[in-house]
Amino acid sequence: MTDIQYLAPRTLDEAIGAFAAAGSAARILAGGTDLLVQMRAGVVRPGLIVDIKKIAEMTAIEETAEGGFRVGAAVPGAVLAEHPRFGKVWPGVLEAINLIGSIQVQGRASAGGNLCNGSPAGDSVPALVAAGAIVTLQGPNGRRQMPVEEVPAGPGRTHLAPGEILVDFTLPPRPPGSGDAYLRMIPRTEMDIAVVGVGVSVTLTDGVCTAARVGLGAVAPTVLLVEDAAKALIGSKLDDAALNAAAAACSAACRPIDDKRGTIVYRTKVAGVLLKRTVAIAAKRAQGN
Amino acid sequence: MTKLHVSTTINGEPAEFLCEPGDTMLDALRGPLGLTGSKEGCASGDCGACSIMLDDRLVCSCLMLSAEAEGRDIRTIEGMAQGDKLHPLQQKFLEVAALQCGICTSGMLVASEALLQKNPRPSEEEVRFWLAGNLCRCTGYDKIVRAVLETAADMREAAQ
Repeated sequence: MTDIQYLAPRTLDEAIGAFAAAGSAARILAGGTDLLVQMRAGVVRPGLIVDIKKIAEMTAIEETAEGGFRVGAAVPGAVLAEHPRFGKVWPGVLEAINLIGSIQVQGRASAGGNLCNGSPAGDSVPALVAAGAIVTLQGPNGRRQMPVEEVPAGPGRTHLAPGEILVDFTLPPRPPGSGDAYLRMIPRTEMDIAVVGVGVSVTLTDGVCTAARVGLGAVAPTVLLVEDAAKALIGSKLDDAALNAAAAACSAACRPIDDKRGTIVYRTKVAGVLLKRTVAIAAKRAQGN
Repeated sequence: MTKLHVSTTINGEPAEFLCEPGDTMLDALRGPLGLTGSKEGCASGDCGACSIMLDDRLVCSCLMLSAEAEGRDIRTIEGMAQGDKLHPLQQKFLEVAALQCGICTSGMLVASEALLQKNPRPSEEEVRFWLAGNLCRCTGYDKIVRAVLETAADMREAAQ
């Protein structure tokens, strides 16, 4: 069998040093709900596993002075759900993260892992894209930031540089009248991989949409930021014409595959349908804020 | 390959074991620790038969490296009964026959106990949602769900 080395450093510098030195054979362990399955299947044979959960900032949730949030890359979904404020400010992001797997999986699985796993169908990603979340990356050449939508490079691939580790997500403060939501279509009622996933964040002022972002998952090699859908919503009262235009923009953005979960035609159609439903939930939440 | 030495707490008792760095917690439990109550069903986190508590949080032991147990607090099905006295959930599962082949049972019990600690008055829907990560191919779930709901009611009554 291949020798594996396991490290659980307490500092980020130590983690990056070991991770960068080990090159492409190294893997980061957050919740392990993807990594251990891949190891078991023989898809991944890491020479080094760097467990990042003993690094304080990786597991911290912090509300910033301006009312935004910093969420450590390794914070499990169940821990985020217990935060007294996060789910009130970003209910759509929280519901997207909490849709990943069972209660058992929620005890371990993190948004950082979901993003770095690079699946086009990762549930948390469209919601984080819609939220305008920014990731902090740290590597041998220091720290940098990147919008969430720029992280995925294709199925199983990211734009992280060699030796770089995802440290945290920064979610911006919420203006009054803002709301977000995430919906996905799956063949089962629970615990399945999205056929389409839509994240929406809107801000309403006197019933008019003044800001919107739309993230679309499982319909292209990466999760997409659909700017044309947001443009169709902004300036409208979220009336039928605006919703139809935004739905059409989502369908137009689709470059899906045919598989056993859904055909190209189905996914393309459902992307528009889900957009409308998700906007309705986000708008209702916005009116309550 | 040098084995890792892990010091942990299992069911309230200090425990030490040696493991390979790539071993799962389930490997360690069923191997060097000799605790075979946790079962391997799917080995991919889908079936919940290997459910354990890690620092009071329900997890699949097949999705955790055994090296991660260092300094943590682990509880398994073996710690559920107090000596010869079964936990009310265990007693109820027997009484209402909430099992057939038994492979899923220890995971169902560990998960159900975690639910009742968090929510002593779950609805049927909450029980079904919570146990969605525990697969049973024999019972059709009804008896399991009923056993959890009845136990919850019994425990509430006993607590008064």
